Amino acid sequence: MSFLKLTDVTLKFGGVTAVDNVSFSVEKGEVFSLVGPNGAGKSTIFNILSRFYTPSHGEITFEGKSILKKQSHEIAGIGIARTFQNIELFHQASVLQNLLVARQTHRKSNPVSEILFSPFVKKEEYRHRYAVEKVIDFLDLQSYREKFISGLPYGVRKVVELGRALAIEPKLLLLDEPASGLSVEETQDVAFWIEDIKKVMGITVLMVEHDMHLVSSVSDRVMALADGKMLALGTPDEVKNHPAVIEAYLGGSEEVGN
Amino acid sequence: MRIIFKKSYEADIRYFKDRVQASWYFILLVLAVILPFVINDYWVGEFSLMLIWAIAGMGLMLLVGHTGQASLGHAAFMAVGAYTNVILQNDFNIPFIISLPLSGLFAGILGICVALPTGKLHGIYMAIATIAIGVLAEDLIVILEPWTGGVGGIYAPAINIFGINFDRYTNVAELYWLILAITVLIIIGYKNILRSPLGRSFAAVRDSEISAQAMGVNIGKTRTLSFAISCAITGISGALMGHFSYVFTNETFNIVISINLLLMIVVGGVGFIHGAFLGAMVVTFLPSGISFTRDAFFSDFHIIPGIESGIFGMILIAVILFEPMGLYGRWLKIKAYFELFPFYRKDMFRRQKTYLKTERTR
Ligand SMILES: Nc1ncnc2c1ncn2[C@@H]1O[C@H](COP(=O)(O)OP(=O)(O)OP(=O)(O)O)[C@@H](O)[C@H]1O
Ligand SMILES: [Mg+2]
Repeated sequence: MSFLKLTDVTLKFGGVTAVDNVSFSVEKGEVFSLVGPNGAGKSTIFNILSRFYTPSHGEITFEGKSILKKQSHEIAGIGIARTFQNIELFHQASVLQNLLVARQTHRKSNPVSEILFSPFVKKEEYRHRYAVEKVIDFLDLQSYREKFISGLPYGVRKVVELGRALAIEPKLLLLDEPASGLSVEETQDVAFWIEDIKKVMGITVLMVEHDMHLVSSVSDRVMALADGKMLALGTPDEVKNHPAVIEAYLGGSEEVGN
Repeated sequence: MRIIFKKSYEADIRYFKDRVQASWYFILLVLAVILPFVINDYWVGEFSLMLIWAIAGMGLMLLVGHTGQASLGHAAFMAVGAYTNVILQNDFNIPFIISLPLSGLFAGILGICVALPTGKLHGIYMAIATIAIGVLAEDLIVILEPWTGGVGGIYAPAINIFGINFDRYTNVAELYWLILAITVLIIIGYKNILRSPLGRSFAAVRDSEISAQAMGVNIGKTRTLSFAISCAITGISGALMGHFSYVFTNETFNIVISINLLLMIVVGGVGFIHGAFLGAMVVTFLPSGISFTRDAFFSDFHIIPGIESGIFGMILIAVILFEPMGLYGRWLKIKAYFELFPFYRKDMFRRQKTYLKTERTR
């Protein structure tokens, strides 16, 4: 049984078929990457997995159970965390508060006890804080803990978003272009982190990324998409050298060039 | 600049940053308690009124400042609180100490009833829906005449708790202390909300609904809850306002009050508890301030009708133009200036550019 399995998933926006009969499955413990030119439908697949969009056709199962019956706020609870391509942090809150929001799925206290701040709520706060501190240490965010997001540079915001997803303690992590806009050094950090997320934390990673160097260095398997359709699936090298992929990228870059 | 070394998670959980800050608030509380011994009854009354506005402001602040929802009909929930409280006392013989929380609870439950159908609305649509609630409430008060006294109004009975009287006219100081105690309790509850998962889920909904959902926050439930708590606090302020004004009618809590409440927290500083208090001070003391200035300097002037709202409007425009973070935001900047002196930079509080949001699904 596959960990995450998409079967014939199709989604149309008006006339545009953003995702066209896509099927693939992600196995537990691997790093699986989606690549493809702009507008290929990669982020749309993530948004379908987050249940922001409902596919017109197809089935998606996670650990054998359909996620299409879930609502978007229930996805984190079953162990799927994500980051966003265009950072979606809580910008009027501190880094610490952002990471603590991610503990929502581990919340055991009820609103009334929280208004009274009962001893149990306090104990829970310690527990959440401890989990968040582990993430802060892992990503070296100590010096930003108290800083508000609205004052942070882009690169740090990207890391905070990764941290926020990790604070959920997910089984599956969806990363939408974790390295876009980052410097070479920062991208290198991301590569190390992804290795650790996979090997040390045992979290399965599904990643969208344009940086082929990063993709080849961390991925076990890669799937290439163009215009919502699957082009190729295999090891990073197989996909990179696949004629259809080369064609799509050359065709794509020519269009961009015009 | 003070540097605070934190040695445990407790430091981020407790109410005050450190001893120094705690001492300041303690001094403030002591001053507030001894106030009736220092000033005369008229001013004690004004301060009671200020606290009542501040409670209403906190109610709305939770909704607007911390959950990012607008309401232009909050006076309706003040009315619900005021009428429920008096009706419970008069018609059911329930003592004030029980009727007050019950009136808050009832306003909160009505808040849920309003939030469930309107919860999906945003921005201007939410504003329009809540204005409608405000208008509807005024009419309902007239229609429910047997209970509410209709346009004739209703008289608030004297408050008596365990044999102590809190009469509006004869026990001004006692009533002030009662209101102060309730204010402190609500501040504590508000602070608890902010430092617990509940407050963080509110902030998440305010800043990005889409990623709040991805974090497992149920948007609809969170918004409804925020609306309910907000209405409950506002209801309590309404109940107190009912007693403070002694007699009230359907006109007492009209749409102008709703708008005033919103303006009040904007002037005070949206997103800070302090903002509710600073805004309440402006609302309460501006009218007396204006009349005193007029009497002192322009005694031969005719009274210009509407001058208070005119000046209030001008203050509001000035705040929005020059200090979008309100009076409290201005205070934070002044404080930072002195703490960092001479390293303060002019652009320090300028909002950083926010990045593209093309991927938003809403
Ligand atoms: N909310 C939407 N409404 C209408 N069309 C959309 C919407 N979201 C995406 N699309 C379209 O769906 C297609 C796929 O978009 P998607 O964002 O998934 O691309 P992508 O592969 O993530 O590209 P990029 O590399 O630029 O991020 C594009 O043609 C896009 O214009
Ligand atoms: Mg994308």
